[in-house]
Amino acid sequence: MNSLVPLFVIIPLGSAFLMAIFGRIIKGFNKVLLPLALLFLTYLSIKFLLGAEGTITYQVGGFAPVAGVPIAIYLAVDGLSRLMLTIISLIGFLACFYSISYINIYTAERKYLILFSLMIAGMNGIVISGDIFNIFVFLEIASIASYALVAFGIDRQELEASFKYQVLGGVASLLILFSIGFLYWRTGTLNIADISTQLPYGGIFVKFIAMVFLVGFGLKAAIFPFHSWLPDAHSSAPSPISAMLSGVLIKAVGLYVIFRLFFNMFALSHQIAMIITVLGTLSMVIGGLLAIGQWDIKRLLAYSSISQVGYIILGVGIGMLILSRQGNTAVASLAIIGGIFHLLNHSVFKSLLFLSAGAVEFRTGERNMKKLGGLAEVLPVTSSTSMIASLSISGLPPFNGFFSKLLIIIAAVQAGYYLLALLAVIISIVTIGYFMKMQKFTFFNRSRVFWQDRNIREVPFVMCFSMIILALLCFALSLLMIPSLRDVVLTPAVNVLVEGLKYTNAVLGY
Amino acid sequence: MILFILCFVLFLIGLYGVVTKRNLIKIIISIAIMEYSINLFFILIGYIKGATAPIINDEVQAAVFVDPLPQAMILTAIVIGLATTALLLAIAIRLYRKYGTFDIRKINSLKG
Repeated sequence: MNSLVPLFVIIPLGSAFLMAIFGRIIKGFNKVLLPLALLFLTYLSIKFLLGAEGTITYQVGGFAPVAGVPIAIYLAVDGLSRLMLTIISLIGFLACFYSISYINIYTAERKYLILFSLMIAGMNGIVISGDIFNIFVFLEIASIASYALVAFGIDRQELEASFKYQVLGGVASLLILFSIGFLYWRTGTLNIADISTQLPYGGIFVKFIAMVFLVGFGLKAAIFPFHSWLPDAHSSAPSPISAMLSGVLIKAVGLYVIFRLFFNMFALSHQIAMIITVLGTLSMVIGGLLAIGQWDIKRLLAYSSISQVGYIILGVGIGMLILSRQGNTAVASLAIIGGIFHLLNHSVFKSLLFLSAGAVEFRTGERNMKKLGGLAEVLPVTSSTSMIASLSISGLPPFNGFFSKLLIIIAAVQAGYYLLALLAVIISIVTIGYFMKMQKFTFFNRSRVFWQDRNIREVPFVMCFSMIILALLCFALSLLMIPSLRDVVLTPAVNVLVEGLKYTNAVLGY
Repeated sequence: MILFILCFVLFLIGLYGVVTKRNLIKIIISIAIMEYSINLFFILIGYIKGATAPIINDEVQAAVFVDPLPQAMILTAIVIGLATTALLLAIAIRLYRKYGTFDIRKINSLKG
């Protein structure tokens, strides 16, 4: 299984290359190749998720360590990476399948699919890489592809959003590169596992590097004080791309790397854990409150992403706080399970919401809720899947969002952070509020029934298919609460984080 | 040490430009300045005074070599920087065609 690891980067990168060459010559080549490639990746990642145990390492070039010092670039696939790979491939496949039909409203479908494929390659690369500079390179591949995709509509709003995203993303990348240089200066190595053994505990340098990393990846993940680009970029992109950006990219590029570095590379420190938790709480509250006033469907969803990312960080941050003061490990892993489970759930229901917003836009050409209404009768599939996703994100049983929020809140209460638990409950109620507003004004408002007269049909089968699969996943992921299933999917990912610096032993093998 | 401080000052000049300038092209130039300061920083990390290039053959027997890894990294970073700058400029040109100005105060169709 070790030799299969590089395929996660090779397949999307290779298909981008093939599409660039043959896509122009053979008609329909792109639309067949990319979904098949992503379907194969989904199969491969699920096989990894269910079949593999422990940490799988792969040394690029096959250079063995010399005297215990790793020389080759390491690829390390552990529980957390496997979960992220599954999310990326699955959501990527569904969004790509949806795009086959959706892309007809744009020209230049070849370029769109090539960029899509490169974005997947970048994200997979980040997740499997065990080398910090490699993470930077793949991060730039994913980011540059997403900058171009945000501007894909080349109209006023798209260009402006893309420029804003590029400037902030560029500054974030430079801060990350700066701190990578700093780390290399202090430790003389780039391997994450090796750095964690070389890095001195505490000290002003380590804190400085940690803060610069947090700002850099916080900008990429759109945590509260750095969130200003997200609503513009995510609402201006084509809808399947919004689904990828909100559902997967901010997690693979931002959250995953934050968790990986702060649990597995830096020794846990109480101050950093406190900063992460506070920022998570603030983004949860402020994202939720800002979402209420939005009238553009996709903008509302984008603000809701900030809020839900706050939940994820809150869950993991509470776990980090408990671990950093050597508290009860069981409560810490409960909080982290809540956070990681919410990450998985959010990628499912937020991509579903963006895809259904895209279906509404595909048929009506309108995103403003004030001008929509009464679409439930003409778009039954879109309406019902969007309803399922809205209930799920608001945290109503029996959907998956309920269970992950419940875990986070229970963990917060058990750890004694009553204020955080209360805020999580209040923002959950706010979430129900703004999603019911979206449902009412888009799909149900009967006072504006004129959309029914305009001869609108349900969206084509390929678009419905992706939405139905995601809606079924909203139900199916609730089953992860059953302990035996949870042990297969979530527990390995959580153990990687809880065990912290044991990552080094697992990767380097000593 | 003075070189590291100057390098950091260059970084801050770039950051100042990104935050305060109102012209798209000036913002892009500021990002480029930040990028160069980081490239310089990497080169400074690997540089050792009086050391030779790390090529081992019969003539060169020096005990001290400069560290080649930061140079390899920075070559990658320069290529990435080229891609980002090219994309930024392409978007800036498109924006100019739509709005007829480079002033970000007048490019404000997104609000809220």
